Amino acid sequence: MCDSCGCGDTNLVPLEVQQRILSDNERTATHNRHHFLERGLLAINVMGSPGAGKTAVLEATARALAGRRQIGALAGDLATDNDATRLNAAGVRAESITTGSACHLDAAMVHHALHHLAWHDLDYLFIENVGNLVCPAVYDLGQAANVVLLAVTEGEDKPLKYPVMFRKADLVLISKVDLLPYLPEISLERIVASLREVMPEPNYIAVSAKTGQGIEPWLGWLQQQEPAHASGATPHAHAHTHEHDHV
Amino acid sequence: MHEYSIVQALYDSVMTHASARGAAGTVQEVRVRIGALSGVDGGLLDTAWRTFRVRTPCENAEMVVETVAPAWECPACRLAAPALGVRRCTTCGGPLHLTEGDEIVLDRIVMEVP
Repeated sequence: MCDSCGCGDTNLVPLEVQQRILSDNERTATHNRHHFLERGLLAINVMGSPGAGKTAVLEATARALAGRRQIGALAGDLATDNDATRLNAAGVRAESITTGSACHLDAAMVHHALHHLAWHDLDYLFIENVGNLVCPAVYDLGQAANVVLLAVTEGEDKPLKYPVMFRKADLVLISKVDLLPYLPEISLERIVASLREVMPEPNYIAVSAKTGQGIEPWLGWLQQQEPAHASGATPHAHAHTHEHDHV
Repeated sequence: MHEYSIVQALYDSVMTHASARGAAGTVQEVRVRIGALSGVDGGLLDTAWRTFRVRTPCENAEMVVETVAPAWECPACRLAAPALGVRRCTTCGGPLHLTEGDEIVLDRIVMEVP
């Protein structure tokens, strides 16, 4: 109550906070990252529009790496486990994250899904985000790198329309390049020029899951990202407090 | 439309700080700072907040959104760069860094204290 005149008015008190709103998500992402690093696992957040070819590229990746790397995936979708089913058939140890109405994955969803996937002996874990060029860019999942797919059919100026997503990409896979001969109005050079306007370091590889074009350079890029396997690292005892139930 | 999920995190943060202040009063204002390249839309955030705050201690809390324009700089030359165009330094050719414009921050709460 106002103590000067006894009028009964309440006091308004400003409270300086200066806190990142997603700090809880960032904490969980850091926790996931810690898990991945101590196991020497490369985790990649794979993003892109619905239909950009994320699952197809991961299938081609799994086929090319059969016997060389152990691959796992978490496949995020609003509904169905179709992508995880496809990936399992291609030799990927895959689990679905069905988000219901959520348009993106967050670090807690990934953490929760890890409890349902035997991931400790994997070399690569691909986190296939919900098909969306907006929301997934906002959430750190604990990944080592962001890979964004951009199909040649999506339009040359897509990076200019979705600068937040492409700015955060460590690598862009320009997908479905086998279709370029049928798309005379689309130029790979102009797609790359758009990337240069939003990405300070525009790393990109033109790929086709269908013909295999670009798959070897993509595998080379993945190999470069592999963390050093920490010898003698003590596996995390998992004694932390979880904020969710283990179903 | 991830703004509802941001608002959920914002609300939790506001209530944590309000409770820590030990006040049984209500929150009157929530001031946030949102970068233009953060991936969050200030207008949608405000709409989501108005829906979310109903029947909570934040029911009367207006959201004030400060939008932060992107600022780019060459880390080597320390020169500011224009907001648009190729993201390389015009002097040394190196990649530019975003120095502000991607923040999603709860700046301040104004609370009613009895």
